[in-house]
Amino acid sequence: MTPPPTTALVTPEELAGVVAGRVAGGERFAGLFATAQDDGSTVIRALLARHGSLDIVQAALMPGRDRYPAITPLVPPAAWYEREIHDLFGIEPVGHPSLDPLLVPVHPTQHWRPRPGTSRPGEAVRLDFDTSPLSSRVAGQGLFTIPYGPVRSGVFESVEYLVETFGEDIPYLRSRVHYKHRGIERRFGELGVDDGVLLAERVEGTAAVAHALAYCQALEALGAIHVPRRAGLVRVVHAELERVASHLDSVARQTEGAGQAVAYARITLHKERVQRLRSQLCGHRFGRGVVVPGGVAGPLSAASDEALRTLRALERGITDDARALMDTPSFLDRLRHTGVVSPAAAASHGALGPVGRGSGLGEDVRSDRPYGAYSLLGFQPAETSEDGDALARQQIRLDEITTSFHLIREALDELGEEDADGPWRLPMQPVEGIGLGWVEAPQGELVYLVEAEAGRLKRVKQRSASFHNLALFPQAFGGDILTDFVFIEASFGLSISGVAG
Amino acid sequence: MAWALRGLREGIVTTGYPKKADGYGAKFKSSVSVLGAGTDPSPREQPMSGGRGSGPSSLCPTGAIEENRGEVALDRGRCILCGRCVETRPGRFVFESSPEIAVVDREHLVVPGRVESDEEVTRVRAELRSRVRALRRSVHVRHLDAGSDGSEEWEVAALLNPVYDVQRLGIFFTASPRHADLLLVTGTGTSGMEGPLRTTYEAMPGPKVVLAAGTDAISGGLIHPSYVTRAGISSIVPVDVFVPGSPPSPFSLLHGILLAIGLLPASAVR
Repeated sequence: MTPPPTTALVTPEELAGVVAGRVAGGERFAGLFATAQDDGSTVIRALLARHGSLDIVQAALMPGRDRYPAITPLVPPAAWYEREIHDLFGIEPVGHPSLDPLLVPVHPTQHWRPRPGTSRPGEAVRLDFDTSPLSSRVAGQGLFTIPYGPVRSGVFESVEYLVETFGEDIPYLRSRVHYKHRGIERRFGELGVDDGVLLAERVEGTAAVAHALAYCQALEALGAIHVPRRAGLVRVVHAELERVASHLDSVARQTEGAGQAVAYARITLHKERVQRLRSQLCGHRFGRGVVVPGGVAGPLSAASDEALRTLRALERGITDDARALMDTPSFLDRLRHTGVVSPAAAASHGALGPVGRGSGLGEDVRSDRPYGAYSLLGFQPAETSEDGDALARQQIRLDEITTSFHLIREALDELGEEDADGPWRLPMQPVEGIGLGWVEAPQGELVYLVEAEAGRLKRVKQRSASFHNLALFPQAFGGDILTDFVFIEASFGLSISGVAG
Repeated sequence: MAWALRGLREGIVTTGYPKKADGYGAKFKSSVSVLGAGTDPSPREQPMSGGRGSGPSSLCPTGAIEENRGEVALDRGRCILCGRCVETRPGRFVFESSPEIAVVDREHLVVPGRVESDEEVTRVRAELRSRVRALRRSVHVRHLDAGSDGSEEWEVAALLNPVYDVQRLGIFFTASPRHADLLLVTGTGTSGMEGPLRTTYEAMPGPKVVLAAGTDAISGGLIHPSYVTRAGISSIVPVDVFVPGSPPSPFSLLHGILLAIGLLPASAVR
């Protein structure tokens, strides 16, 4: 259970200054989002992370007021968050350098905005998008724009990268994620608490366990519930298997990009085996249905010695192939010095997960703000690298796979010593108020803010690591050329569905 | 050289499906069925929240279950396999494990099926068969994400791993819609992807087949309704094959593709 968040109340005029002051004081900007109230006012909340806690700075815009002084000029990582607020709420952050639509590029004649948070029944509105092409940002002889996406070569999620180039170098890159916007945040407001977890599992389908976990931890914080120890251990097993699968996916895409056919086959075979192990343990290849508010749905459905055997074989196979991979010069040459995110850029943006750790940021929620059973298991975060390139990020992921196997084995051992009976989940009473939940998802820190009111979900806001890291993506292209694109993208390991919401 | 040996070390890992049933594929929870009337014991506790209305439909967050004068029907095209109905009324609802759940007619996703008019089924299948005759030896697939949650993409990509290795069956993924025979669409059909989906479909040469992969693509699942979604992709492009699942497993996807191009052994066609 996490402690209730500390909330500082400020006026909209003070908001930017207060947030900037706390960032200057060493806190990390971790998100900014709004909640519509039924009286027509809007509450804006900024999240600030310190070692050990996550705090809220909150300002309220009175009904009818639709402007406030932007935070972005003082705290640049807020840029995407303020674009999102502008899109979803029609509120203008005054002084923002570029309010291009991010999630809902509607025609200027459409005034309706989703405004998640209100309990008013959804109007029967369908937003149609303005699909006219964007104009180029960089001018010069021989420059042209390649619109890469939303339908791209290969099996990818839909996203468009606008690559402005002379033909090889990439001086400027923009991403457009609105194609996949599904209106998830407003949808949460129509669901009950139990159905909410099902939707959380579908925000980022490849990180379903992480999302369900963050959502449930926010609720459990509100209800002051300590989940049973063994439920916490089952959660760790599934969350870490998800991380292994996700990291293998990133590595597989790098080998595919480099044309390493055998390595690609090997890594995807390992990934398939991980997915099968997950389905043997819970009946679902993505671990859906495992995490529920108050605990887990039930015990692991395979005997733990059988799971351990499979796990050992998997670990041996992966470690062995990973070693060979990191010893294959023709592959490593593609990754080395590719997609460099400098430690300074990573730090000023507050890069999350393997992207941050590959550029010298050591933060890992599992050790900084331990949750669930991680505090029992002696978790040691992976060593960081200062190199900041695709190779560094891959090394971090391979190291994390080893750590994950270690954690899973420990959790299985602990589970073997648990009593045979006792509950797997505790009953949840209806909750009220605002709770925060956080986990280290495979892509990095994932935060859920859950506001419950009279048994209904008033506002559920998820901030995926992908959303935060994608804004940093263009900065990884200094000096790289078009053929490096696949490695830079795969090494970021982003999930577009989590970005677009 | 080292990698070549590595590739050989484990021998053949590829499934025998569809020629033989696959041990793993057949164990997988792939769909929910309704057991006949009269076997239903008294319902256990009701879920704490959620649902729309009372009766069996409150067992289902997506409203896939309908009860009409004691007759219960479940629409697999809306089911997201959360298992709430199976847990709450185990005598009535049960998980099925066969991965062969793709159908060519949307109505066939509703179980228990109404007494089918054989003529109609035969007509739909014959129409599809005559259309895909040219594709039977080799089919090129273009995948398109119309608002999925990302897990479907993993399952589609898994078809290319050594376990499923769909190239052995003459199934290839292609980058260009101009080379594609089969459009495999995931996701609920968002406002943003409506245009690209239509353009992709129109860019494909005939004969062409569209496969809706996953419950979201069939009905919008739990995502729909919202201000930017449609209830599945069939209102944007005509769908020929429906593969339910959340997400559908690679075996189910493979079954759907084989059904689409008329390559299934007769035993595997519903």
